[in-house]
Amino acid sequence: MQGTMLKPVLKFIETVGEYFLLLKKTLTKPQNNKIFWEHYLREIDDIGLKTVGLISFISFFIGGVVVIQTALNLENPLIDPSLIGFAAKQSVILEFSPTLSSVILAGIVGSYIASTIGTMRITEQIDALDVMGINSANYLILPKILAAVTFYPFLIGMSMFLGVLGGWVAGVVTGLVGTQDYLEGIRIGFDPFHFTYSTIKTVVFAFLIATIPSFFGYRVRGGALEVGRAGTQAVIWTSVMIVFWNYVITQLLLS
Amino acid sequence: MIEVKNIKKSFAGVGVLKGISAVFEKGKVNMIIGQSGSGKTVFLKSIMGLIEPDDGEISFDGRIWHLLSDKEKAGIRREMGVVFQGNALFDSMTIEQNVSFPLRMFTRKSPKEIKERVDEVLEQVGLPGVQNKLPSELSGGQQKRVAIARAIVMYPKYLFADEPNSGLDPKTAIRIDDLLMTLTKQYDTTTLVNTHDMNSIMEIGEKIILLKNGHKAWEGSRDEIFHSDNKDLNDFVFSSDLYRQMKELFLKYQAEK
Repeated sequence: MQGTMLKPVLKFIETVGEYFLLLKKTLTKPQNNKIFWEHYLREIDDIGLKTVGLISFISFFIGGVVVIQTALNLENPLIDPSLIGFAAKQSVILEFSPTLSSVILAGIVGSYIASTIGTMRITEQIDALDVMGINSANYLILPKILAAVTFYPFLIGMSMFLGVLGGWVAGVVTGLVGTQDYLEGIRIGFDPFHFTYSTIKTVVFAFLIATIPSFFGYRVRGGALEVGRAGTQAVIWTSVMIVFWNYVITQLLLS
Repeated sequence: MIEVKNIKKSFAGVGVLKGISAVFEKGKVNMIIGQSGSGKTVFLKSIMGLIEPDDGEISFDGRIWHLLSDKEKAGIRREMGVVFQGNALFDSMTIEQNVSFPLRMFTRKSPKEIKERVDEVLEQVGLPGVQNKLPSELSGGQQKRVAIARAIVMYPKYLFADEPNSGLDPKTAIRIDDLLMTLTKQYDTTTLVNTHDMNSIMEIGEKIILLKNGHKAWEGSRDEIFHSDNKDLNDFVFSSDLYRQMKELFLKYQAEK
């Protein structure tokens, strides 16, 4: 009985250990700088630029929804309407853009990374790299990590802007808040540290989005079914880790 | 020359290689044959350094693998050319990028020199003019030849091919066999081919070892196959009526001669 209960715990510890061993193998100097930077630029396109449209769309409309919901909940003549802008700004900058966008990215990018690396594994492309004397983990994963941690802060910055913009458009279109009040709300209690906090979160989440799916893809054994499972596992665990580290970072930096 | 001494490997307590020793000679096509599940692929991957054996010794021209530093191992890897069963071409790269990949990764050759070498090896494998195509645009046989071109582009000392004819029609398979034989002689490589294809064995098997249940069951040359009374070999090679009749005819012909 005790052994049965202990087995999943031991399995989890073993998996975490394998993840860190893969990181150790990954975080080394690239064998060929020129090829590394070419690969990095390709990753910027694959896991960065291709997500801009969706993240922009979601950010703009979520910003709008935040303003409408806040306005409807603050229908009180004693409450200053500028608080709607303030609430929208705070929600978007502190939580929505860095965290929710990252969870969405975990879904889009996570499944993409896990399935491409997993397919490379089952079609022996990773073996081909290894046998050529190439550190396959470093070659495949490091450009993804660097692309994610350098590009996502800009993506999330854009998401913040579009979220706040979407809130303003929704507020004006619905007549729930005027431009003047909204802009004043955005300026209330402006704290530059909030941007630092969000950027730190984004970089940590970007690292998780690049490494956890890579780990699940890299260790695939079997065929198409296993690649599919790896994609699902990658999305689940990346999302779980984002939520967990969101709590830890918030506790450390804001409490 | 590759020398293997008493290689053992188990997975989850199940022995797959149970102490195999063999010498694979330079300038020859050495074949590892056996039924599916006999341990051929694990044996070949152990030699290529993709699987770490539990016990035993592998040496490449006297350089004992497990005694080498990582840097020295990387050096030997660059002397290897491998043709994988599924070709293992990089899907996102063109044929030229696939073939030139080891050159771009490990040499300081100029783009012009790299292009010349890629054109040369593609010519050697009979595929000129496919440089800008993607692997998915080629047939199975053509992909195999591209894989061979990538394997030889760095002038390998050791050439490995895992089931090079699987999934190919007989005519294309013969062409691949001929190519492996020609390249072995041209580059003077120690070539190891993993197969259970009887035509290949008879066509190009200069030295053959038969694996059965993780053991070496027989070792010899193509010509010795017909004269051997090894039961495992006869069960494997002459399992079909066609090959049994072929053996009878061959022996009869030799007796009459």
